[in-house]
Amino acid sequence: MTALLSLATRSAWNRRFVLALVVLSIALSTLLLLGIERIRQDLRANFSQAVSGTDLIVGARTGPVQLLLYSVFRIGNATNNIRVSSIEAIARHRAVAWTVPLSLGDSHRGFAVLGTTGAYFQHFRYGQKQALVLAQGRAFGEMPAGLYEAVVGADVARRLGYTLGQRIVLAHGDGAMRENDHADKPFTVVGILAPTGTPVDRTVHISLPAIEALHIDWAAGTRLPGQTLSAEQAAAQDLTPRSVTAALVGLKSRAAVFSVQREVAAYRDEPLLGILPGVALDELWDVVGLGERGLQAMSALVAAVSLAGLVAVILAGLNERRRELAILRAVGAGPRQVLALLALEGLLVTAAGVLLGAAACWGAVALLGGWVQGQFGIVLRLLPPGSAEWQLMAAVLAGGLLASLLPGWRAYRLSLADGLSPRT
Amino acid sequence: MTAAALSLRGLRYRWPGAAADTLAIDELSLLPGDTVFLRGPSGCGKSTLLSLAAGVVLPDAGEAQLLGQSWAGLGASARDRHRAAHLGYIFQQFNLLPYLSVLDNVRLPLRFSPARARRAGPGAAEALLERTGLPSTLWGQRADRLSVGQQQRVAAARALIGAPEVVIADEPTSALDEPLREAFMALLLDSCAQAGSALLFVSHDARLAERFARVVDLPTLNHAGRPA
Repeated sequence: MTALLSLATRSAWNRRFVLALVVLSIALSTLLLLGIERIRQDLRANFSQAVSGTDLIVGARTGPVQLLLYSVFRIGNATNNIRVSSIEAIARHRAVAWTVPLSLGDSHRGFAVLGTTGAYFQHFRYGQKQALVLAQGRAFGEMPAGLYEAVVGADVARRLGYTLGQRIVLAHGDGAMRENDHADKPFTVVGILAPTGTPVDRTVHISLPAIEALHIDWAAGTRLPGQTLSAEQAAAQDLTPRSVTAALVGLKSRAAVFSVQREVAAYRDEPLLGILPGVALDELWDVVGLGERGLQAMSALVAAVSLAGLVAVILAGLNERRRELAILRAVGAGPRQVLALLALEGLLVTAAGVLLGAAACWGAVALLGGWVQGQFGIVLRLLPPGSAEWQLMAAVLAGGLLASLLPGWRAYRLSLADGLSPRT
Repeated sequence: MTAAALSLRGLRYRWPGAAADTLAIDELSLLPGDTVFLRGPSGCGKSTLLSLAAGVVLPDAGEAQLLGQSWAGLGASARDRHRAAHLGYIFQQFNLLPYLSVLDNVRLPLRFSPARARRAGPGAAEALLERTGLPSTLWGQRADRLSVGQQQRVAAARALIGAPEVVIADEPTSALDEPLREAFMALLLDSCAQAGSALLFVSHDARLAERFARVVDLPTLNHAGRPA
């Protein structure tokens, strides 16, 4: 076997320029398979890291996945707001330990603006129940002095180069139209959060009264003509919030979670929905899983195509190698050894491709991980291959071996038919 | 009486789909150390005869034996092992694997036959190459760097490594010019004599015949396709 292996290696090396192209195409499909697996795993890890220690998320009645997406991940919009009085009612429930109201809808240069209370910094947890930590500065202060103060996430500060004391202007909605800027009421950055690897990093936090102040001279999504109030005038108004987008709820005991959820659903004054973040996340995976399987099927197809290329290249070269096969037969190689030789060659080429692809995948994660995190907020981890990765690589290898049995079989037939006198 | 190294008796062979026999030979045998010149133009069933003698194809009737062992009596793998252990083969040209070094080409049969590797012992390839007169600086070179004449000499060394009982040479000089041909013939015959190998040498070039113990005319020997 070692004799055959060294022959196969040297024969393949002799045709390295053609085979290198096949190696490259197998490497690319391996990169695709491993890359998608890496992103899939890390996306899930990122999502499940985003919120922890919150027992229920309460919002207007909508789909659980949608509520989770807009309240935690700032993806999509709320269909409706809920009244602050509803949250106060929930907070009075004997099983509820704390509530954190969330008010979304504005943005700052592509980053979401979140209106909340000081309780957010106290109760919000991510990852393994880690609390938010201020890298610099402090949380926004109390009314009225702290009205126009903002605390920015780590990515916001890094990408926009913000330091403490920076003056920023928030935009109404997604910030697409300049006239929707809240330019008349600028904010000051008073705190910068330490990185968390969650959507918090890409959020600008302000107080609920500040949200009210921004919109006091607005109605139905537009500025009221002739009723402009300056920042100081707005601060003097009654800024008690009437409605928010959602609320995070912490319970005294997790055991009560289903009964509280039922009571939220049965709340009389307005239709509410309470979700368990973990359960909603599982539902999200069910949805995302479809797309993932589609991607995996596509990359499996790409792998199949590159293995077909391997077969084509080896088969095409076989006719010119009938002389080589006859020499091997003359020195005592049997047709079965000829088959093994060709199969080994295919396996070697596939193995080289898989190794190169795996190296490229880890290289890409190492080189582009920072960029991907900045651009898409996904933290890609540089990990040794896990069982899923090993399985993918083994599958490509097995596919390569199986595919090379085809040229192997053809060589077997040729060497039987040709014997010692190849008809070339 | 000594047992024949190679013997063909009552041999009939027809290529699949052919209308008539390609080969019909009553008797051809080589004693150990025998040298036989088999003369024949191309297209007279030469390649077929050699394939039958080497046990690569089996006859439709009759028997082909190497060292008293009938090829037909062995399974496919056993035939490959028997051939690897006891037969050396030289082609017309392109004998060498281009991607191996000269030395590795000579050692090639040893990779496929442990029995032959044992018989050859260490240093056999170097000793044989020494006899070819090929400068040792070339031994580590890729085989396709050599000239045609050098390649054929290396092929002779490979056929003889491990002293196989029979060497078959299929027009090995057809690509060589006069002086190279002389040198090659001398090397081949000397080496066979040294190793005690019987040599079955096929060529259409009658001028080479005088060096051999026996001359056999293939068209005379083969009575297939002859008008009855």
